[in-house]
Amino acid sequence: MIPASFEYVRAESLDEALALLVEHGDEVKLLAGGHSLLPLMKLRLATPSVLVDIGRIDELKYVRDEGDVVAIGALTTHHDLARNALLSRHVPVLAHVAGQVGDPQVRHRGTIGGSIAHGDAASDLPAVVLALGGTYVVAGPKGRREIPASEFHLGFLETALEPDEALTEIRVGKWGEGGWGFEKLTKRAQDWAIVGVVAVRREVPDGAGAGAVAAGSGIGVALVNMASVPVRAASTETALADGASIADAAALADADCDPAADVNASVEYRRHLARVLVRRALEQASR
Amino acid sequence: MSASKSVRVEIKVNGKAVAAEVEARLLLVQFIRDVAGLKGTNIGCDTTSCGACTVLLNGQSVKSCTVLAAQADGASILTIEGLAPEAGDGSGEGAASLMHPVQRAFHENHGLQCGYCTPGMVMAVTSLIAEAGPGELDEAAIREGLEGNLCRCTGYHNIVASALAAAREAGVAVARTGAGE
Ligand SMILES: Cc1cc2nc3c(=O)[nH]c(=O)nc-3n(C[C@H](O)[C@H](O)[C@H](O)COP(=O)(O)OP(=O)(O)OC[C@H]3O[C@@H](n4cnc5c(N)ncnc54)[C@H](O)[C@@H]3O)c2cc1C
Ligand code: FES
Ligand code: FES
Repeated sequence: MIPASFEYVRAESLDEALALLVEHGDEVKLLAGGHSLLPLMKLRLATPSVLVDIGRIDELKYVRDEGDVVAIGALTTHHDLARNALLSRHVPVLAHVAGQVGDPQVRHRGTIGGSIAHGDAASDLPAVVLALGGTYVVAGPKGRREIPASEFHLGFLETALEPDEALTEIRVGKWGEGGWGFEKLTKRAQDWAIVGVVAVRREVPDGAGAGAVAAGSGIGVALVNMASVPVRAASTETALADGASIADAAALADADCDPAADVNASVEYRRHLARVLVRRALEQASR
Repeated sequence: MSASKSVRVEIKVNGKAVAAEVEARLLLVQFIRDVAGLKGTNIGCDTTSCGACTVLLNGQSVKSCTVLAAQADGASILTIEGLAPEAGDGSGEGAASLMHPVQRAFHENHGLQCGYCTPGMVMAVTSLIAEAGPGELDEAAIREGLEGNLCRCTGYHNIVASALAAAREAGVAVARTGAGE
């Protein structure tokens, strides 16, 4: 399968990429690792007329310690995240999940920025950043802005990014003490999640630094593929904050979402999976 | 560089620079097969699933059906033909002794039947071993590491055995413990 014809240009810097986005307007797409975009283009489900290759922009490949926060460049690959010592120490759940995306070949090419900007609710990493209460930094002709993960995904393949903006950085608070759990049900090893769950638990003095995690409890639970966007299991989080048992809280896991049926699962089965997987992920997180 | 439908690329394939003016949409696997003329890299699914097209790009395994030749401009590619060029196609007298250790492990452990998935499997195993630290690879890690490679014939058992044998030779397999081994 061969993509429809397009024009290709490689950007050597973020500034050059942003200028090219403005120059080519509506018909342009950024190309990072290409592991979501190229498959769509080969099926002719996407037919951009210009591709701006940002894959060589080294200034967007990093994992940096910024005090309370770990900052990750958008072009860092899943492979590099999975093996990053700083990330493994301070945000182990993100390193672990990056190591579970697809297969080694996919992880060598795919980037965290592409995974988030693509906006597929079946992707794993957006749910992790959501559970952690992280933020996304985007850059465009009007400058730089920061968007909370909870406001970034608007619908299926739809994000808060303007057409002339690029995602440059992912920021997550250091998790440190506490626990986490990740559950992903797939039919075949390399597949996307039918349903996935990320649960994180932070030991925090009341409110301090908890950011967007459920007030007081320091617990974040996010669901993969349970709506058109990654969603928080807000009812579960609230129940836990109010002292409910894991079993009782997990029973509310599908209360705040609107899953779709597809070849892999019916709506009812997805709801059932969410409740079971949230319980398992919370049990892991509380160990 | 300005946006254009054709791109001049120079890719080092198995150590040899191959330069050509290609369509921007040309896939790396097509570059390898049709421009460089190396047919050892197979296309199975053409949808990033089967891994038959796996090659090493700057040392890392990638599915070459999902990389543009333009993205690989300036990169070094290693294909099955480049692993141990001295062994030729493997059929000559004494060729087995000239094979790359991963190829030899597949040969000795009967790690293939029809052979269609084999070039991709061998390249994926080569990458897996290159990335592993001492004692990191056991059967489970190998099975996980080969998630991206499908085989319709073998049932995987002998492929995993081949990979484990190669990992042992490279010193990255878990230490043997059982007295029986
Ligand atoms: C076989 C296979 C299995 C997979 N399994 C999983 C899985 O289990 N879990 C999972 O989460 N994902 C999975 N993926 C998807 C994989 O994680 C992709 O790599 C990722 O979704 C996209 O990253 P990319 O760098 O390849 O982006 P690209 O394909 O290059 O881009 C994707 C989209 O994002 C846009 N974009 C990219 N970077 C930026 C940026 N910095 N700013 C603005 N827009 C940008 C592009 O324009 C495009 O629209 C799988 C993919 C394959 C092929
Ligand atoms: S042909 Fe590339 S993954 Fe199957
Ligand atoms: S040996 Fe036939 S597909 Fe693997």
